[in-house]
Amino acid sequence: MSSHATDTEEHFAGSNRLFLSVWGWLLLLTGFEVFLGYMQLPVVYMLVILMGASIVKAALIVAYFMHLRFERLNLVLTIIPALVIAICLMLLVFFPDSFRARNMRYQGPAQPSAESH
Amino acid sequence: MATEAQAISGDWGGGTLPYRVGHRKLGMWLFIMSDSLTFSALLIGYAYVRASNVWPTPFKFYPSIIFSSVMTLVLLSSSLTMVMAVSASSRKERSKARKWILATAVLGATFIVLHMIEWRHLISEGLSPFQLPAEWAEKWPGSTPLFGATFFGITGMHMLHVATGCIYLLVVAGRVNKLKHEDVEISGLYWHFVDLVWMFVFPMIYLLSIDMTK
Repeated sequence: MSSHATDTEEHFAGSNRLFLSVWGWLLLLTGFEVFLGYMQLPVVYMLVILMGASIVKAALIVAYFMHLRFERLNLVLTIIPALVIAICLMLLVFFPDSFRARNMRYQGPAQPSAESH
Repeated sequence: MATEAQAISGDWGGGTLPYRVGHRKLGMWLFIMSDSLTFSALLIGYAYVRASNVWPTPFKFYPSIIFSSVMTLVLLSSSLTMVMAVSASSRKERSKARKWILATAVLGATFIVLHMIEWRHLISEGLSPFQLPAEWAEKWPGSTPLFGATFFGITGMHMLHVATGCIYLLVVAGRVNKLKHEDVEISGLYWHFVDLVWMFVFPMIYLLSIDMTK
């Protein structure tokens, strides 16, 4: 961006109008999420849409409030991909096993004959 | 393009800051990375126990959803005041920056107070880390007491971060005349991260556990 390699100070890009509009979008997305909470959707759809909206909100916060959009690309590449890969690795174990775990759920009271002990 | 590439290779040659951020700011980013993984692990663990158990969905519109929505509004607004503080600090308007930082700390404290009230509602209903209220256990037969453990664990961990952030911000506000602009920016990074975490905690803990029964 600038030619002064050691200049880490002072310049903070972004106008108040930009920050206000980001805040507005964050509120709007939160309102949408709360609205969605009261829709009778299957939990899988809910989870996908809610997490999608949350990832958009997180991206807005990181890009504009945390200023990462205005930082050097090499800083972005140091932080974001490693994080995404580490979280995906956690999910890699979680997702397949959660299907198995679903079948281990409590299914209601056992049949009377099996309850003899 | 070529000049940017040259500048980057020059910066990595030594004697300069290759990321164009100070070591403290880089340190905060690395801390944020590690803390993100802590919260990711907690939330993924929560999702796992939720998938493998009968899970109560007890949150009524009042008080839980109203309170948590207002808390979200408060935390998002505190991020806005924090970004205003950093912006003022970059223009060397230190007293303005101090006021914005203090406003952020007050909003953070408001979040904690609202959250404590919300906790108290649930505790008075009979929820504890290891036990569900009798009414819930009856309404959702076979539901797991892990609800309390994950709820208090995750929201408590987040609240601890908010409380730490409030103290951090008060220290920064008190020393704003002595600190560099980048130090104010670093405190902002921490605060926005706390806000960011709540963007995942709120839907996963609250919005997926709304009580739809009449």
